[in-house]
Amino acid sequence: MTAPRDKFGRPIVVVTGMGVVTSLGAGKTDNWKKLTGGESGIRTISRFPIDGLRTTMAGTVDFVPVEPFSSTDLSERLADLAAEEAIAQARIGNTGDFPGPLFLANAPIELEWPQRDEIARVIGKSEITYSDMLRVSGGGKFTPWHRRFLFGSVSDHLAERFGTKGSPISLSTACASGATAIQLGVEAIRRGETDAALCVATEGSVNPEALIRFSLLSALSTQNNPPQAASKPFSKNRDGFVMAEGAGALVLESYEAATARGAKILGVIAGCGELTDSFHRTRSSPDGKPIIGCVRKALADAGMEPEQIDHINAHGTATPENDKMEYIGISTVFGERAKQIPISSNKSMVGHTISAAGAVEAIFSILTLEHQRIPPTINYEVPDPAIPFDVVPNKARDAKVTAVMSNSFGFGGQNASLILTREPA
Amino acid sequence: MTESNSAKSGPAEVWITGIGLATSLGEGLDANWQALQERRVNVDERTFAPYVVHPFAPVNFDSQIPKKGDQRQMEAWQRIGTYAAGLALDSAGVKGNKEILSRMDMIVAAGGGERDLAVDEGILTAQAKGNVAPNFLNERLMGDLRPTLFLAQLSNLLAGNIAIVHGVTGTSRTFMGEETAAVDAARIALARIVDGQSDIALIGGAQNGERKDLLVLYEFGGFNLKEQFAPIWTRTGHPGFALGSAGAFVVLESKAHAQARGARPFARLTGVVGDHARRKEPGQITHSLEALWSKLNVTSDKVAVITGATGAEPATSEERAFLAAHSGHAIRATGTAFGHTMEAQFPIGLALAALSISRGTLFPPNDSSGFEIEMSTPPTQIVVVGTGHWRGEGMALVEAIS
Repeated sequence: MTAPRDKFGRPIVVVTGMGVVTSLGAGKTDNWKKLTGGESGIRTISRFPIDGLRTTMAGTVDFVPVEPFSSTDLSERLADLAAEEAIAQARIGNTGDFPGPLFLANAPIELEWPQRDEIARVIGKSEITYSDMLRVSGGGKFTPWHRRFLFGSVSDHLAERFGTKGSPISLSTACASGATAIQLGVEAIRRGETDAALCVATEGSVNPEALIRFSLLSALSTQNNPPQAASKPFSKNRDGFVMAEGAGALVLESYEAATARGAKILGVIAGCGELTDSFHRTRSSPDGKPIIGCVRKALADAGMEPEQIDHINAHGTATPENDKMEYIGISTVFGERAKQIPISSNKSMVGHTISAAGAVEAIFSILTLEHQRIPPTINYEVPDPAIPFDVVPNKARDAKVTAVMSNSFGFGGQNASLILTREPA
Repeated sequence: MTESNSAKSGPAEVWITGIGLATSLGEGLDANWQALQERRVNVDERTFAPYVVHPFAPVNFDSQIPKKGDQRQMEAWQRIGTYAAGLALDSAGVKGNKEILSRMDMIVAAGGGERDLAVDEGILTAQAKGNVAPNFLNERLMGDLRPTLFLAQLSNLLAGNIAIVHGVTGTSRTFMGEETAAVDAARIALARIVDGQSDIALIGGAQNGERKDLLVLYEFGGFNLKEQFAPIWTRTGHPGFALGSAGAFVVLESKAHAQARGARPFARLTGVVGDHARRKEPGQITHSLEALWSKLNVTSDKVAVITGATGAEPATSEERAFLAAHSGHAIRATGTAFGHTMEAQFPIGLALAALSISRGTLFPPNDSSGFEIEMSTPPTQIVVVGTGHWRGEGMALVEAIS
């Protein structure tokens, strides 16, 4: 018997395990219930003082305690939780012995203010310079911080904890990172390098400096009250995205390996596309060409036509620019159907989980296929006439869904699209 | 272990057709080659004393990044990398070739996070003087951070800048994770070309070593070389690395694609392998390197080795034990001449391996310990080694085109 392959002769890549944590809760069951219930996970920030900030809300994950707080520690905890759930569902390998490589999407890791403050306390002077900081940094007092704040520190931890094989890859393609992690896993399986891959994407970045950085770029919503209504994808009165935390993990396997071991197949990663935009560091090319090209590459990679896509899980950040460009891109590729395909933005409820978004939304897309129910775009009260999408406004909708496109478009011109289906084509 | 090995997994032969080097020794292939011939090392023991760093040799950024506005949007590490990427595209003869650049893969091994030191020092000093309000940090960061500083810090914005400045827009991926990020970048790019997913790729990395914030991170772990420079193999009693400053990029291309456009190769890249030893017990790094070596198709008894050995312990001693087991090979540690450029170190190794093969001679030893020996015959196979100072081991095989 020949191996089950797609129409291009490549091994079919299926999902056999998924785990997710967002501001809505931990685990697929809780997240799906709240997501389809139209609940928002956005709340006023309580983790640090918010006085003097233009944006005071976020989709923080406050139910996972990290003390003392660092975004890297939280990212790691969230990745742990998501990966545990995914591996448990897949029932693959043995504890601490995952039979494939790790692809991790995470935010760039850096020293944070609590550590700088601690170093300043050790210096104990009233004038603090970096030379002083250097002078006290050695001698072993802060050895754990070297391990913690290396760029590879979270992937090191996950590789050891879950026993993934080979060199773990830690990557960042901004808001497309989660999709890129999945794409790397798909490619490794298609090339026949491995039968399984663990793709994890995590984000724990709600700290003062990270929030202020996005705020200074005027990227964030400032509609702070009520926080649950801040994220308004595709609405005329949208004014920016809402930062959020979370993680998603997927166990990918070749169809052949998954069926051979009797694994339950949750969905298929039918196609991946990516294309870089060289127009601007934070803005999309006004002609939409890179987004259009990215979407077309994903369709071509899946060997599918636009007519076969019956739901789009939008990037839908709720920035004025993104949502407009997403409409231009989708309407160019899908033509008149762009107005009929249900398109929803999970970010209206969970916020923008940045590095994790591509994986979190891929998981929600597969849950959409499983439940044949499309989560809504909430806070959709004032439609933007320039974006005549069917956004599945405010209430979930039952629908026949066989193929979902999930889009991620990020800073630095990073565009990635995934196509997910229920059964192998 | 993860590997991409062209001999094993597919038909496409992969050539290195472009090299871009901008380092502490100068810019371009001739300047770096000449400095290696002269055993020149550009090291600064004073500015960051007691820490030793290798400062970036001044270049005219305008020649690769013509818009001042673009230069202003980048911190030094991004400028160095964008500059070196441009040199690599020039070297490959694809600069400005929109048709090729629009389908070129790009995998950048990036650090990032370059701080505005004055802002940090101002905030810490004000806090140390006492009596700051709870919202003090918010107000100072809102007021003091340049809005675009974030973009100059973001890891994936080195790739973003290369896309904007040079128009590389096929795919763009940024790998993080210090030394081995570059091993994985080369491994994945090679695998994609071997497999026919791509015809041409730009890979590399960059670091600005003249950074106190970076020194702080490595000082936590006691990794910085202090007081006095010494060649890598003589640091046993005085371990550590001197941060280096460099951008290093190479263009990988399928033989068929290169031949179709009449491009001349420097060398062939026939395998890249990487692993992640747990490093809980002595000997695990040596063992990991030995296993990687056995995955490469090393056939020449005159193979040369170009290693990014850092000078940090125990990694360097363990690597030395591995190398000693392959005695007789000419070994060159790039850390001596270039310092430790972290994400750029493995690309420097690939670049120098390809250059040595194309020039028909390995560059001379620069080592007072005698561990590095002369090589009088033209190298036909060079193994590039990248052992992370804390995690990760990688290796590549660069070969003459037969």
